[in-house]
Amino acid sequence: MSGKLKRIFSNEMARLLAITVVIFVLMTILRPSSFFSVSNITSMAFQMPEIGLLALAVTLSFITGGMDLSLVGIANLSAICAGLALSSMTQNAGSGLLVSLMIVLSIVISLAIGAVCGLLNGFLVSKLKVIPMLATLGTMQLFTGIAMIITKGSSVIGLPVQFSVFGQSSIAFIPVPMLIMIICAISVFYLLDKTKLGIELRLIGTNEKAAVFSGIAVNKAKMLSYMYGGVIAAVAGIIMMSRVNSAKADFGSSYTMQSILVAVLGGVSPSGGKGKVAGVVLAVCVLQFLSSGFNMLRVSQYAKELVWGLLLILLVSIMVLSERREST
Amino acid sequence: MKAISVKKILSRHETILFIILIALAIAGEILNPAFLSQANVFKTLKSSVEMGIFALAFLVLLILGGIDMSFPAIASASMYITIKLLLPIDGDIPLIVPFIMSMGLGALFGAINGVLIGFMGLPTLLVTLGTMSVIKGFLLVFVGKNWITQLPDVLIRFSRLNIFETTGGSGEVVGLHVSVLILAAVAIIVALMLRYTYFGRRIYAIGGNEVSARRDGIGCRSVKFVACVLSGLLAGLAGLIHCSLVRVANPFDILGTELNVIAAVVLGGASLVGGAGTVLGTLLGVLLINLVNNSLILMGIPSYWQDFMVGLIVILSTTITANKTSLKVLLKRNKACMEVR
Repeated sequence: MSGKLKRIFSNEMARLLAITVVIFVLMTILRPSSFFSVSNITSMAFQMPEIGLLALAVTLSFITGGMDLSLVGIANLSAICAGLALSSMTQNAGSGLLVSLMIVLSIVISLAIGAVCGLLNGFLVSKLKVIPMLATLGTMQLFTGIAMIITKGSSVIGLPVQFSVFGQSSIAFIPVPMLIMIICAISVFYLLDKTKLGIELRLIGTNEKAAVFSGIAVNKAKMLSYMYGGVIAAVAGIIMMSRVNSAKADFGSSYTMQSILVAVLGGVSPSGGKGKVAGVVLAVCVLQFLSSGFNMLRVSQYAKELVWGLLLILLVSIMVLSERREST
Repeated sequence: MKAISVKKILSRHETILFIILIALAIAGEILNPAFLSQANVFKTLKSSVEMGIFALAFLVLLILGGIDMSFPAIASASMYITIKLLLPIDGDIPLIVPFIMSMGLGALFGAINGVLIGFMGLPTLLVTLGTMSVIKGFLLVFVGKNWITQLPDVLIRFSRLNIFETTGGSGEVVGLHVSVLILAAVAIIVALMLRYTYFGRRIYAIGGNEVSARRDGIGCRSVKFVACVLSGLLAGLAGLIHCSLVRVANPFDILGTELNVIAAVVLGGASLVGGAGTVLGTLLGVLLINLVNNSLILMGIPSYWQDFMVGLIVILSTTITANKTSLKVLLKRNKACMEVR
């Protein structure tokens, strides 16, 4: 048991956990009455899942040495399609079972669109050999563009009240979005650490040529990883839409950098092969504690962005320099 | 003299781009006779200047093998700080002063990238994602976030500076703006530098294969550093031209234009993993993107189609450039097979 514990909290994880705790304590000391309060902790638990889900999707692409910049685009596009379908279906429907059924249907639509978008990314990256970063940069523009064309730039409104369950309600004091994130985190953990596909993805990220020669269907594995990323992004889109009760083509454009930041902070290497879901989850907590704490200290949005940037540079330098030391 | 085969010229990326450009222009002219009017051509050229200089700044780092996301932030910051510093002086300043200031600031910001990318050897994309938000945050927190509509006189004079003017059909003055000349000069300098100087050849060598470049005795660190500085300098120049042409110093409006620039450079045939790319191709890519956007407007297609079109162009051109070499190898193998038979 102790061996297992040691493995779970390997050096890097322990470090990250320490950072998380330190920041939590620091913020509590700085703002004792407001930070460590039930209302703040609940509101943090409501805000965390969106970035957390996107960061999980980023992790999936990082593992193979790829990158996915289109996730926010996928989230918006799938949310808009689901929202449009839902609002047109429930316009004159009454209440009760019928609406619930339609909500389920719209979620299926959104997840399917997320999967299709992810598959397109995967197809470009694996079969057509486009550099992941540029392929997803293009598809980001494409998905946002399609969302723009569908909505003509306005936002999708008129969602049924019941839909707000996913973004605004709690079950036994745990916010529903948090529950969804936990489920997704466990699934990604299971996928990466317990399935054949996960091991294949890690090998592809570590050494793609070796993966090819050891008989792994590299293209298929990559396409699947981008597809799962797309589905998770669609889940994030549903939560976003449910929280603000509307969907728009250019929501959350700052999420792209933040989700990459979280993944890197969580110890997921952009050069592939390395990364743990537990790290990503801790990193989301760090970012959220900092963000909420900054809000209470009345730090402006732009100053926050400055800090995120500094943090990203710092982390990347630590990571690259330690990787270099390991290799020499 | 070596005979240049027609086939070789025809198979060049630039030639293909040029043919597409002409085809598009003819199609546009047929659909709307205003398309090739002097006024519209001049306007397209003028609107290509800013993107063209950005594209060259991006190209230098792309040839080195890195994707730079920070140039819009560098441009905004250098432009805005320059205007802020010049406003209280507002007298008879020579035209060159704001340009030197903005380019100098741009070079300074570029040097930050240069230290991180060149001397510390960090990955360009992640570093510039970081510096982008650091520079943006620095600008908006410490310098200011308000629009400055009252620009210094020098810049207003510059914005009215045309190389030559004629009176158009409906009586309005049509002029070719002097910034087009600046783009031409910058393009020629960058092209000569990339092609004929040691520095330029080293950039290609490092982008092609960094390990072998280092074993050849190339100081990769300093070349990368200088390239980052140069890229920042060009971004500062483009920022100032932008602000002078739209006659307002807005710290926000350049941010977010990086995608169009990347689309143009990739369309221009620069390799996505470094080591290849030409100035001519990049400029043609810029013109093509501008022409597409412009023709969308002239053909009455709503502007919300622009994102979609640019995205499509990026995907198509990246796919084609990524597969060009493998296609060529395939064709060659095919041909060899035929000959054996």
